[in-house]
Amino acid sequence: MRFMLLFSRQGKLRLQKWYTATAERDKKKMVRELMQTVLARKPKMCSFLEWRDLKIVYKRYASLYFCCAIEEQDNELITLEIIHRFVELLDKYFGSVCELDIIFNFEKAYFILDEFLMGGEIQDTSKKSVLKAIEQADLLQERPRGDYFSNSASTHCS
Amino acid sequence: MSDVVEKTLTALPSLLSLDSQPGSAKLSTNSKLGSLIRGITELTSKHEEEKLIQRELSSIKEQVSSPNTTMRQMKELMVRTIYCEMLGYEATFSYIHAIKLAQQGNVLEKRVGYLAVSLFLNESHELLLLLVNTVLKDLQSTNLIEVCMALTVVSQMFPKDMIPAILPLVEEKLNHSKEIIRRKAVLALYKFYLIAPNQVQHIHNRFRKALCDKDPGVMSASLHIYLQLIQENPESYKDLTASFVTILKQVVAGKLPMDFNYHSVPAPWLQIQLLRILSLLGKSDQSTSEVMYEILDESLRRAEMNHNITYAILYECVKCIYTIHPKSELLEKAAKVIGNFVLSQRINLKYLGLKALTYVVHQDPRLALQHQMTIIECLDHPDVIIKRETLELLFRITNDQNVTVIVEKMLDFMSINKEDHTTADLVGKVAELAEKYAPDNEWFVETMNTVFSVGGDTLQPDIPNSFLKLLSEGFDDEEENKKLRLFAVNSYISLLQGEPSKLPQRFLQAICWVLGEYSHLREDVEPDLVLRLLVKLLNIKSTSSETKSWILMAMTKLCSGGAPLSVPLEVSETYSSSMDTMLRQRAQELQYLSQNPELQARVLPRGVSQEPMEVDSSLSFLDGFVSEALAAGAAPYKPPHQRQEELSRSKALSLEPYGLSLPISMSSCSIADRQSPTLLSVSSGLSGDRTDHSHKGGSTTLKLDGVRRVWGKEGYLAQRESAEETAPVEAPSPLQPLVQQGDGDASYSQTPTPIPECEQEKQQLASSLFVGLASQSSVCLMGKSEQTSQRFRRKLKDPAASFPSSTQNPLVSPPSSVGHLLLDSSISSDLISSPEQTHLSSVDLTVANGEVELPDRDMKGIKSTLLREDSALAAGSSPHEELDRPKDSCLTSHLPAELSGLPHSEITPLCTSPSLDLSSCHVQKDDSLVLLVFMKSSSDYDIQQIQVQVTCEELEVSCVCDSPVEELKSHGVVVCQYFLTVKSPSVYFVLSGMMSHQIPDNSLQETQFSHRIPLTSFLRPLRLSTEEYGTMWLAFSHDTKQNLPLMMDAEEPLTATLKVLKDKLQLHVVEIIGNEGIVACCLRQDQPCLLHCRVHAGMLAVWLRSPIPELPDCLLYHCQRALQES
Repeated sequence: MRFMLLFSRQGKLRLQKWYTATAERDKKKMVRELMQTVLARKPKMCSFLEWRDLKIVYKRYASLYFCCAIEEQDNELITLEIIHRFVELLDKYFGSVCELDIIFNFEKAYFILDEFLMGGEIQDTSKKSVLKAIEQADLLQERPRGDYFSNSASTHCS
Repeated sequence: MSDVVEKTLTALPSLLSLDSQPGSAKLSTNSKLGSLIRGITELTSKHEEEKLIQRELSSIKEQVSSPNTTMRQMKELMVRTIYCEMLGYEATFSYIHAIKLAQQGNVLEKRVGYLAVSLFLNESHELLLLLVNTVLKDLQSTNLIEVCMALTVVSQMFPKDMIPAILPLVEEKLNHSKEIIRRKAVLALYKFYLIAPNQVQHIHNRFRKALCDKDPGVMSASLHIYLQLIQENPESYKDLTASFVTILKQVVAGKLPMDFNYHSVPAPWLQIQLLRILSLLGKSDQSTSEVMYEILDESLRRAEMNHNITYAILYECVKCIYTIHPKSELLEKAAKVIGNFVLSQRINLKYLGLKALTYVVHQDPRLALQHQMTIIECLDHPDVIIKRETLELLFRITNDQNVTVIVEKMLDFMSINKEDHTTADLVGKVAELAEKYAPDNEWFVETMNTVFSVGGDTLQPDIPNSFLKLLSEGFDDEEENKKLRLFAVNSYISLLQGEPSKLPQRFLQAICWVLGEYSHLREDVEPDLVLRLLVKLLNIKSTSSETKSWILMAMTKLCSGGAPLSVPLEVSETYSSSMDTMLRQRAQELQYLSQNPELQARVLPRGVSQEPMEVDSSLSFLDGFVSEALAAGAAPYKPPHQRQEELSRSKALSLEPYGLSLPISMSSCSIADRQSPTLLSVSSGLSGDRTDHSHKGGSTTLKLDGVRRVWGKEGYLAQRESAEETAPVEAPSPLQPLVQQGDGDASYSQTPTPIPECEQEKQQLASSLFVGLASQSSVCLMGKSEQTSQRFRRKLKDPAASFPSSTQNPLVSPPSSVGHLLLDSSISSDLISSPEQTHLSSVDLTVANGEVELPDRDMKGIKSTLLREDSALAAGSSPHEELDRPKDSCLTSHLPAELSGLPHSEITPLCTSPSLDLSSCHVQKDDSLVLLVFMKSSSDYDIQQIQVQVTCEELEVSCVCDSPVEELKSHGVVVCQYFLTVKSPSVYFVLSGMMSHQIPDNSLQETQFSHRIPLTSFLRPLRLSTEEYGTMWLAFSHDTKQNLPLMMDAEEPLTATLKVLKDKLQLHVVEIIGNEGIVACCLRQDQPCLLHCRVHAGMLAVWLRSPIPELPDCLLYHCQRALQES
């Protein structure tokens, strides 16, 4: 996998992970263009894109788009499942995850991703062990979710 | 493994509890970030956001640089910085602090520090060097979490040059007791392998250990590495096939812990990884493929649930089945799966179905026919992605009958498409199709006009180049050439009379060239008119200076046509003071030549394009100059790689080991030694391109007419052609009679029921799109050798240059009509030899060739395939095969008399059909290799009409035996001979073949097979004197350089090493002087390769040169192999 992006329907980047060395300028340009392309697509359309010289696999969960760039020979369907598994992990961790969880705790989302994918390849397919690794580390930290939900959560949550 | 992981993980909290961070601080951390985020969402404009973030960043900056900031606060600041960076605001000041945090923080702070570093910095960022020490420390830590974090960050980004520093520590982790650490270490090594393959070369055996790890997680992590390794060199890992199959069997049978299940499918990621590996291993290798048939069948059967994940597995299975050596039963099942995908209502599956069709349509055009109506529907699909994929599919099935319809569809798509990359891609494809299948001149020129206008300046430069080349070289029919050129001239004159300012620059350049060369063909147009059009173009503001050079050049050519001089003089006056040196030169040329008709006639003679101009790429005409300069005391010239080598030697520190690399896939030239000091040794395919580029760069200065491109990607067209022609022949399909040749008419009807009008329209479209698909396959079946003729088949300008042997080789004679039937007409017609002549020359050869020995590795390879086959037998294949085995040796007695004295390779089975067994061996002759195919009947009745076709893209295959074998008596044996000579060198040649014969009920039975021959079988010693060697060396342009291992333990390492090469590869050692040796060999008389070997720093620095671009690399590969084995 070359990179993974999470962005909102409004075109705000929520998470980005690059697995191949890319210059900062190119990253920004690619993110901008790819977001435009993906956001322009209609709901019933194909989840796979040939974009520039890359193969893009994307899927929308509520207000968030998950988007992966993969190599030519990679399997598109299994990449969709990688995305799905990542969402499952987030969901399990945050307890019915919504975009706000990821906005406010993006570093946690990164940690989960790092535990799940390493160097662009899937590392651990077992949901249990990924979450264990993360949760143990979190035992020490109170989960401060909830307090900032009062304002805007209802408008965005899935 | 689940409980092991559990144990590991339960160990973690105790380690973590060292950190006693109070919750309240954490809360405030988040609320600071929280208020920032909330602040941003409340803003209404981008400008306000910018102001807010800048304020935030400057406050962060202040805090991070304050000495009083604790690590805990630093962590919180870093999180906010990451957020700002994600929004697109740079915070470079914080990078160094992120590193500091990773260095000094406790576990949790460190984690954020590492995260920030991995998000902020790039592999090549200089600050990353500061991280090395931290990583080193953490890798040695007793805290598992710290080790995990270090491994994670290392796999994310790590400076390439520093890998050796941490490699031993990462390696050590492969033996760690916790599998989570082992797994991460394997993945980190995988990453190292990707960015610096040479540096992990010495630990390949460790990978094997990881593959055998008792933990399935570690094992599956190691598969990533294996996939990569096998992709680059499948030959070295064939022995692992059985292991991979066994693993897959266990996975499919659900032997792994439940933890690995995903939606109740056992370890799908692992399954897919294994299937990909298997397809690489089984590719054109029958015996290896046979090992995996069973498990593929099983996988197809098991994957029946209606869920994405099972489709993912099915798709991979199908890809594998079509990649490996075909088995009809599996192909049938795979075709059904593809059908299900294509017909699916789910758009993702439909897309993949189309994609799969695109892959397999070469092998099985019938499949596209079956789904033609779906394909037509997809062509009008609202989703562009589906449309695009459909066009890709159509592109693959284009032939001369449907080309106009398909190109029209592609152009339609381009007119609505906005994405540059897609346009560039499609434009290239249209140009390719137009060149290959154009039905007439008018269509061709007009299509190319559209290609140029739509493609604009994103057009790949080789499109106009090859277009112009085609115009100038022309085809066999001179009259036709003239018509085409005239048509182009007409078309361009009218374009220039319109609004040329809208045309892209590349197109204008092509127009200028054509007008300059050929406008004289149109007699009714005054050169003056053309000149005025060109001046108009020159005066357009948007015309680039490169185009202006082209215009001036065109004018120069036109002046020789006796045009009035006033216009050119005026123009040259204007531009001779231009700031652009190129333009100034052109203007000067124009001025000078237009006033000097005599010189003009010599420099730019008319009609010169008929005579190819040879380019002396070795610059031998400068020899005199060079020797003079040398005599005057100039330093001798050193080629770039030698200079580089010396430079690197003088450098004090070199972290890179001088490792071996095995460039296996020459065509992809992906690996070819990324690290060695000689950057030049990228495969010479590349170096060819390089020359090409430098040529193109100066293209404005070169007269394109008639310059034969000795270095270009000559034969691209031919390659595609033969790829198509080698596609397996299909049995006559029931659909085939329905599709009429010629234009779509009402005779096409798939369903007998009356059809609504729009349906009918679609069906008409279908018949015009798929016309020729079915008939194409039937053509071969009937034994009709004439392929549908290609309009723009490149004329062979100079037969002696392309097939230089055809004039010298005694074996070659005009095509014999008898042999013709069995062969692919297009490649063989030049080189078919008649039986008598062969016989004569082969008798000569017997004497001359007495000492030739087969390289023994060749034999070994054959033996091992036999062994594998035996084990497959033991596993329970048909007893019928077993019966035949001992009789193989009897086949030797069937060797043709004239060949029986020559050494032959072991006889290996090729394929078996119920009534016929095919085996083969090859016999080395002086200038070719003879492939013998033994057909042995195993049935009780006589077999009629046996045909065996053998083809290979890289080889000339010519058949000696006459016509199909009419009849083979029960249990009799017939032998077919094929002469093989190398067209383009390759490490291994894979011959694909097709055997068909009639069975008693008169139907045809077909079997496909493949056979592999290494390059070494074609190598012959080239006996030269040192002097001859010297002259040849200077004349060759393609070279490669690499260091090979030396036999250090021998008394005279150089002599010993060269002897090994001589014995194993049949090279001729010309001379050994001191620590240098020169060696020569050839494939045919005209395909020599020279080696210059020098002992240097304990290695053998080998420098290869050859006139054949691919030969040095291929030979180098075998040299490496030979030396490694000894």
